Amino acid sequence: MYVKKSNHFMSNFENLNDINSFTHFSEIDTSDISNETLIKMLYKMILIRRAEEKISVNVENGVIKCPCHLAIGQEAIAVAAGLSMIDGDKAFGAHRSHAHFLALNENTYSLFCEVLGKEDGCSRGMGGSMHIIDQKNGFYGSVPIVGATIPIATGAGLSISLKREENLSISYFGDGACEEGVLHESLNLASVMNLPTIFICENNLFSSHLRIDQRQPDLYTSRFALAHKIESKVLDGNNITELYKFMKNQFISVRKSHKPFFIEALTYRWKGHVGFREDEDVGVKRSQDLSKWRDRDPILLLVNELIKESKLSKVELKKMENEILDKIDSDWDKALNAKFPDKSNLKNFVYS
Amino acid sequence: MSKQIKYSKAIHEAFTYLLENHEEFFVIGQGLWSPWYVGETMKDLDKKFGKSRVIDTPVSELAVTGATIGASITGFKPLVVHPRVDFMLLAIDQIVTQAAKWRHMFGNNSSAPATFRAIINRGGEQGAQHSQSLQSWFAHIPGLKVVMPYDANDARDLLISSVLADDPVIFMDDRWLYDEESEDKGIKLIDLKDVKPEIISQGEDLTIVGSGFTMKQIIDSKKEILDLGVEPEIIDLRILNPIDFNIIIKSVEKTGRLLVVDGDWASCGIAAEVICSVTEVVNPSFFKSKPIRLTLEDAPAPTSRVLEEEYYISKERIIAAAKKIM
Repeated sequence: MYVKKSNHFMSNFENLNDINSFTHFSEIDTSDISNETLIKMLYKMILIRRAEEKISVNVENGVIKCPCHLAIGQEAIAVAAGLSMIDGDKAFGAHRSHAHFLALNENTYSLFCEVLGKEDGCSRGMGGSMHIIDQKNGFYGSVPIVGATIPIATGAGLSISLKREENLSISYFGDGACEEGVLHESLNLASVMNLPTIFICENNLFSSHLRIDQRQPDLYTSRFALAHKIESKVLDGNNITELYKFMKNQFISVRKSHKPFFIEALTYRWKGHVGFREDEDVGVKRSQDLSKWRDRDPILLLVNELIKESKLSKVELKKMENEILDKIDSDWDKALNAKFPDKSNLKNFVYS
Repeated sequence: MSKQIKYSKAIHEAFTYLLENHEEFFVIGQGLWSPWYVGETMKDLDKKFGKSRVIDTPVSELAVTGATIGASITGFKPLVVHPRVDFMLLAIDQIVTQAAKWRHMFGNNSSAPATFRAIINRGGEQGAQHSQSLQSWFAHIPGLKVVMPYDANDARDLLISSVLADDPVIFMDDRWLYDEESEDKGIKLIDLKDVKPEIISQGEDLTIVGSGFTMKQIIDSKKEILDLGVEPEIIDLRILNPIDFNIIIKSVEKTGRLLVVDGDWASCGIAAEVICSVTEVVNPSFFKSKPIRLTLEDAPAPTSRVLEEEYYISKERIIAAAKKIM
């Protein structure tokens, strides 16, 4: 199995310099997933990838001014969680949340408008890349203060619990947020109050420019769940079929049990902490690691398997790619021509 | 004699009203199942309404405040109790950077209508870390409303208004007021948007502005001030952000004199804000003397009672300031 039987009190950093020894890596396994769902997964991952590439290019050429933290390489986690959500589930994101948002609504026009500060943006151009929201589709907001939405998502769990609904809340955060005290307070609260909150740690090994071994004594952040008697699971963050199968079942169980759960998805971001640059982020060179992680591209892994199993032809893939590119180009052009907010909006939304 | 109501009882009535009439209301915070954290103001509410609507918590101000905000974003009108302002500061990110910004930064597509009950609990040699009020800090933040009632009826009615408002509100009540009584006027439902400073007593010679406990001290000083041959016009701020200054401006145009008393520090404080906002508007020719602010000394709260006397505002100081301004 893919779960590392780690001694949580020993360091697991030997893997960091040799990703092929990551014991949680697993093979794509399409069994028990319908073709329709598999194609939907692929579509969503490619849509997110191309949307973020569009954003990346336009950060580089200066058209987009607001800070953009890109999740290229991490798409599988958001797509698997998004496909496992049902009506009434509530997800909260952080600074790197374009994927969380698009996984739920595929609304690239709304996201593009938002990063351009346009009135048609998901936050009416008031938030930019770091403050995106789509409550109708279950995305309750993202903020860039590290760890800040963790207690808020826990509170959404409290809402669901008080209303006795069969739903759950999701808190997306990264390995860096595990160094904030608020995570530990929130895990304790969720555990002691039996709140239906899924804590999803996207452990991409980096917080800004520092690798995890420079910040924590262990690779696995799920050790913190153990301290609060919350069940947890370490997953291959680049394997969408594994993520989806596990999340789908676990979400069903949490909606009924109203007990929190901690998922740690190990992955890697291809870009620097913020902006368009790839292997150079505040002086950090990661090109060697990156080339190995590119071989574990979550999209590539799924595509290879679907083609191998004849569930997708190369022609169909090309068609899907083209459709997505057309949508993105047309949404981007439309967003460029969209209106900026009225100047009165500065004061319109301070109070109700 | 008409029916009287104690300030602490009035707060209790507000909670009872909210729990009885509003399913979307719950209250959470440290000490809510203990009789001594919040005095008489919440006595036995957990027994009457159940421990799922009156929730005691782990010692986690930040997560509990964040969870309250999360519940407010997802359909509740909750209130989190901080039995001392000092400890609420552990939750400052959630109040100032999350709740206060939530509506604005998401373009009115969401909101965080939570209420943060911040109890001012000081004196009695409690010292530097058990005595802060910091209303000016919170009043500085666009997106937060700050309510600070003096009168028992206000304590009840504005607590209800704060909870039912669609905005995040800091509700500050002062333990020094808990035993004060007012004529019980019965529950009056008020929209927080309509709450403005109020003239408590009319006068021609000197405008005195206060809020919370300082209002009681001002009212207690009224007789001695009248004995000086000075008729003060006393104004209770009630809500410290946003403030509608019109009533104060009109009063100062009449009296020509302004004394602002605030139970917080002077530097960048509410007293400075009131004086500035009035002097920006009122023509200098109206002023018969320079405005005065009376505040705490700009020092951390001391413990020794000798120093406490030096630190806190007293009736005598208010009378002395009134003399000086005349």
